Amino acid sequence: MQKSKIQNPKSKLNLNIKSPKKIFNNLSLGFYYSFVIGVLAFVILLSGCSVQEGSVSSEAKVTIRGWHWMTDREEAFDELVRQYEEKTGVRVKFELYAPSDAYTQKVRAAAQAGTLPDIFGLLGEKRDFSSFVIAGHVANLNEEMLKDESAWKNRFFSRAIAVSEFLSGNEFNVEPGVYGVPLDVMNIQMLYNKDLLKEAGIRKPPKTWDQFLAMGPKLKAAGIHGFVSGWGEMWMIDCFASNYAFNIMGEEKVMDTIRGEVSYTDTDWIEVFNLFKEMRDAGFLYSGIVTMVNKTAEQLFSNEKSAFSFNGSWCVNVYSGMNPDLNYGVMLPPKKGKFPMKIWGGAGSSFLVNNRSLFKKETIEFLKWLSDDAQQTYLAEVTKNLPANKNSIGKLSPVLSGFVKAMEDTTHPNIWPVHEFPRVIEAFDKGIQAIIIGEKSPAEIALEVQKVKEKELKKKRR
Amino acid sequence: MKSNSKHIIIKRLKLVVIYIFLSIVALTCVFPLLWMVGSSLKTQATVFSDTSLFPAQPEWRNYYLAWTKGEFSIYFLNSIFYTTFVVFGIILISSLAAFGFSRLKFPGSNFLFYMFLAAMMIPLPGSFVPLYVLVNNIRKLLIEFLANISPQLMNFFPASFVQQSTAFIQHQAFPRFAYIFCMINVGLSLSIYILKTFFDKMPKELEDAARIDGCNKLGIWRHVAIPLARPAIAVITIFNALNVWNEYILAQLILSTKDTMPLQRGLIVFQGMHVTDYPLLMAGMTMTAIPILIIYLIFQKHIIKGITAGAVVG
Amino acid sequence: MVEARLQPKNLTMRIKHTLTNYLFVLPAVLIFGIFYVYPFIKVFQLSLMEWDGILPTMQFIGIDNFKEIMEDKIWWGSMWHAGYITLIALTFQNGLALLLALACNKEIRAKNFYRVLFFIPPILSEVVVGLVWQWILDGNYGVLNNILTSIGLQSMVRNWLADPKTALTCIAIVHSWKGFGWGFIILLAGLQTIPRQLYEAARVDGAGSWQSFTKVTIPLMMPVFSMVIILTILGSMQVFVLIIAMVGQGLVYHTTVPVLRILGAMTGSSRFGYACAQGIVFGLVLIVVSFTQKKFSEKMKYA
Repeated sequence: MQKSKIQNPKSKLNLNIKSPKKIFNNLSLGFYYSFVIGVLAFVILLSGCSVQEGSVSSEAKVTIRGWHWMTDREEAFDELVRQYEEKTGVRVKFELYAPSDAYTQKVRAAAQAGTLPDIFGLLGEKRDFSSFVIAGHVANLNEEMLKDESAWKNRFFSRAIAVSEFLSGNEFNVEPGVYGVPLDVMNIQMLYNKDLLKEAGIRKPPKTWDQFLAMGPKLKAAGIHGFVSGWGEMWMIDCFASNYAFNIMGEEKVMDTIRGEVSYTDTDWIEVFNLFKEMRDAGFLYSGIVTMVNKTAEQLFSNEKSAFSFNGSWCVNVYSGMNPDLNYGVMLPPKKGKFPMKIWGGAGSSFLVNNRSLFKKETIEFLKWLSDDAQQTYLAEVTKNLPANKNSIGKLSPVLSGFVKAMEDTTHPNIWPVHEFPRVIEAFDKGIQAIIIGEKSPAEIALEVQKVKEKELKKKRR
Repeated sequence: MKSNSKHIIIKRLKLVVIYIFLSIVALTCVFPLLWMVGSSLKTQATVFSDTSLFPAQPEWRNYYLAWTKGEFSIYFLNSIFYTTFVVFGIILISSLAAFGFSRLKFPGSNFLFYMFLAAMMIPLPGSFVPLYVLVNNIRKLLIEFLANISPQLMNFFPASFVQQSTAFIQHQAFPRFAYIFCMINVGLSLSIYILKTFFDKMPKELEDAARIDGCNKLGIWRHVAIPLARPAIAVITIFNALNVWNEYILAQLILSTKDTMPLQRGLIVFQGMHVTDYPLLMAGMTMTAIPILIIYLIFQKHIIKGITAGAVVG
Repeated sequence: MVEARLQPKNLTMRIKHTLTNYLFVLPAVLIFGIFYVYPFIKVFQLSLMEWDGILPTMQFIGIDNFKEIMEDKIWWGSMWHAGYITLIALTFQNGLALLLALACNKEIRAKNFYRVLFFIPPILSEVVVGLVWQWILDGNYGVLNNILTSIGLQSMVRNWLADPKTALTCIAIVHSWKGFGWGFIILLAGLQTIPRQLYEAARVDGAGSWQSFTKVTIPLMMPVFSMVIILTILGSMQVFVLIIAMVGQGLVYHTTVPVLRILGAMTGSSRFGYACAQGIVFGLVLIVVSFTQKKFSEKMKYA
C-alpha cells in the first residue's frame, strides 16, 4: 500500500474525485501532491465533473479513537481492529505515542484541553489515576463489569482488575468501582541460570535467604557473577525491598509504616535494608548494578554473565530473542522472614474509557470484545505477554507457567489501601543505592528515610 | 644552511604531532559509528555476544526490515518536509531579526534582543500543556471559521470538494504547520543570537557602498548581510536541521496521526517497552544519520568558504 | 550604522523609517509572542500553585514553591552537578575544540576528512553513545579496565559509572566528547573570517606564531569565544538524555541534574507547580551566569 501511494500520483487524482473516503485515509501523501493536484482538481471540478454529492456526510459511521504507548502491540491492535470492523462495522482507530514519557505528557495535556480519545491508558501511580477519575475523564465500568453475575469481571485474574479498582472508603475519595479493562498481567520474580549453578557445584536453587547468601562465595570461586538486575531503575529496587518487607514484617506492619504509625527505624525495616548490605558483602551483586538499566541487566543474564536475576515475566520474551538456548528457571525470592512472600504483579497495562466519550456504549462493547477469550489468546500469542483473561492461557513454557502460578501471590502498591509519599519512596530507593555502593549503613538510611517521612507528614497535616 | 634544515625538521615534527593528535581524536569519533553499523548487521542473538566489530555473516536484510517495519518511507518524507520548512523559516526570520537588532535603530531593540537571549536560557518544562491547549484553541477557531465559510464556498464548488478540503486543512495542513511554527520558535532565539554576533562584525563601508548602488535596507540585508554571514547561516542550518530531525516529543504532542509523524516515530517501534530490537534499531539509526551527515557535508563547505567573505572583514 | 548616515530630518520620515525597522523583527517577535511568551506566562502562573497537573482545580500558594526550592538540598546538589559538567565542558570540550579548529585552520592535508569525522559524535543518537561508553567503562568487562590492567595500573580499576568518585566526571567527559564538534565548527567559522593579511602584517612586524596568536587571533575571536562559552553553558547545564542513557535514573544523588529533577517532579511525583517553579529558578540562574559572562568578555574585549 505504501508503495502504490508513492509511485502513482495519477491514480491519486482519480481517487481524489471519485472516492472521498479513500483520500481521507491517505491524506498524508495527498499533502505532498496537494500543491499540484489541488490546482488540477480545482480546474476539473470547476469544469463540471459530476461528483456524488453528500457522499461524505452519509458516512457518519461510528469511529472509536484510542491512544496507547505499547510499541510492541501496534500491529496486533491493527489486526484486531480490522477484524472488529469486519464483524460489527464499527471503526476503531488506535494511535501510538511512545516512549512512555512522551505518551504521559500527551495524555496530561489532552486532559487539560479536553481532547482525550475514547480509549486511553494511564501510566504511573494510583494517585494520578485517582486525579483523572476525579477530574471526570474516566468512566466507571462497575455496572458493566458486574452485569450477568459479573460475567465480564470474572474473566480476569483478580489482581489484574484490582490495579484499576477503587474500593469503598479509599483514601482518594473516589467513587468506588472498576475504572479499567486489563490487557495483560505480569509479575516480578527471581530467575536462575541452571547451567551456571551447576558449574559452581550448586544442585538446587535456594529456598531460604541463608542458602542464597551461602552461594555467593561458591559462585565467586567459580568466577561467576552472582546477581544482576535493573536497579538503575528505582522502582525495581523498591520492588525487591517491598517483597522482603512483606516477608519479614507482614502486610499490616508495612501498611502501618505508610500510615506513619511505625517508624522506618524499626528493627524490621533495618533488617530489610540490611539484606542489601548482606548481598553486597557476599559479593553477590554485579558490579555497577546501581546504575544498570533493566535492558542491560537482561542482556547480561541472557548472555550467561550472571547466575541470578530479578526480573518481570516479560523477560521470557527478551531472553528467547537474545539467547534461545538459555537454560533457566523461575522462583520466588528466597524467604527470609516468617510472613508470606508477596511479589509485585498485576495488570501490565489497562485501557480506560473516556467518561466524556460520545461513543461510550460502543467503546465498552469494543473493550468487552477485545478482552474476550479469543482476542486475548491472540494478543498473548503475538506479543508474548501473559493474558489478563484467565481462559486465554494456552500452552505455556515451564518458565511462563511458573510466572502464571505466582499470580495469586502478587501484590502491588496500586492495590494497597494507603500510599507512600513520592519523596519518601525516592529517599528509600536512593538510600538502598547508597547502601549497595557502601556509602552509608542500613541504620543511617533508616534514619534518613524516617526524617523525610516526618517532614512530609508534617506538610500534609498543615 | 644548517639552521634552516633544523627549522624544517622542527616544522615537520610539529606537523607529525598535529596529525597524530587529529587522528586519535578522529578515531574515537569513528568508532561508535562503526559499532553502530556493525551492530546493525548482527542478529538479536549475536548483537552482544559477537564481539567482532563486523560480523562474519552480515545481515543486510536488517536494513530492508527496518525500512519496512518502521514504515520509513512516509516518515522520511515527513521529516524532510518539516526540516526544510523549519530551517528555511528560521534562517529567514532570524536573519531578518538579527539584521534588525544589529544594524537598525529603533526604540526597544535592546530590550527585545535581551528578551530573546533570556528565552534561550529559560527552559520551559511545563510549557507543553499550555502549548497544547494553545494549538488546540487555534484549531477550534479554525474549524469554526471553516464551518462558517463552507456554506458560501459550496455555492461555488461541489460540496464534496469543500468537505474534502476542510478535512484536509483540519487534519493535515493545520497540525503540520502548527508543528513547524513550534519548531521555528524552538530554534529562533539561538539562531538570532548567533547571526547577530556575525552581523555585528560586518564593516560599515560595505553597507555604504551598497547604499550608493541604490540598495534599500532590505537590499542590504539580501545582498550584503546574508552573503557575509554565510558561515553563520551554515552553522545554524546544521544546528536546526539536526534538532528538527531528532525531535519527537513535541511532534507527538502537536501531531495526532501517524501519517504526519516524523522519522523518530519510526525508530520508536524498535524500542519496545520490554524488548529492544537492537539490530533493527541500529539499522534504522544508521539510515536516519545519513541525511544529516549529507546536510553537514554540504554546509560545512560554506563555513570554510567564509574565507573569501572574511577577506573583506576588518 | 545605516541610520547614522541617512538621518532624515523630517519627523514623519523618521517615524516611517523606525516603523520599517520594526518590520524586520516583527515576524520573530510575533512567533515568539505566540509560542513562547504565552506558555511562559502560564508556567509562571503555575509556579505559584500547588497542582498535580491533572485535576481541574489548583490551589494558590504564593511563593511557597520557591521557598521550598531554597531548602531543597537535592535540587541545589543537582545544580552543582550540572555546574561541574559545565566546568569540564568549558575547559576540556572547548579546549579540544579550539586545538582542533586551529589545527584544521592550518594548511594541512586531509583536513576536510577530519572536519567530517569530528562531527560524527554530535549526530549520533544518545542510545548509541550510551551503549558504546557503557561497554568501555563497564566494571567487569570494560575496555578501559582491561587497558589499565594490561599496563599495570591495577589500582585504578573500578566500575567507572557506579563509583560516586568517578561517575559524574565520566559523564562530563563523554558529554564533552559528544559536544566538541559544535565548538569546533563555530570556532573554525570564526577563524576563517580572520583575514590572512593581518597575520602577514604581524609577521612583518616580527611577531612569532605565539605572539600572532595572542595579538591577532584572540582579540578578533573574542565575540566568537563568548558565543561558544554561552552555548556551552546552555548545552551543558541542560544535559539529561545522555545521563539517562549512561546511568539510568542515576547513582544515588551523585549524578542528578536540574532538568531530571524538574521532569521527575512533573510526571514522576506529579507536582506540576513545583516543577514550574524549579524551571524558573533554573532559568534565572542560567541568565545570571550567561549575562555575567557576557559582560565579562565585553570588558576583556575593550581592555
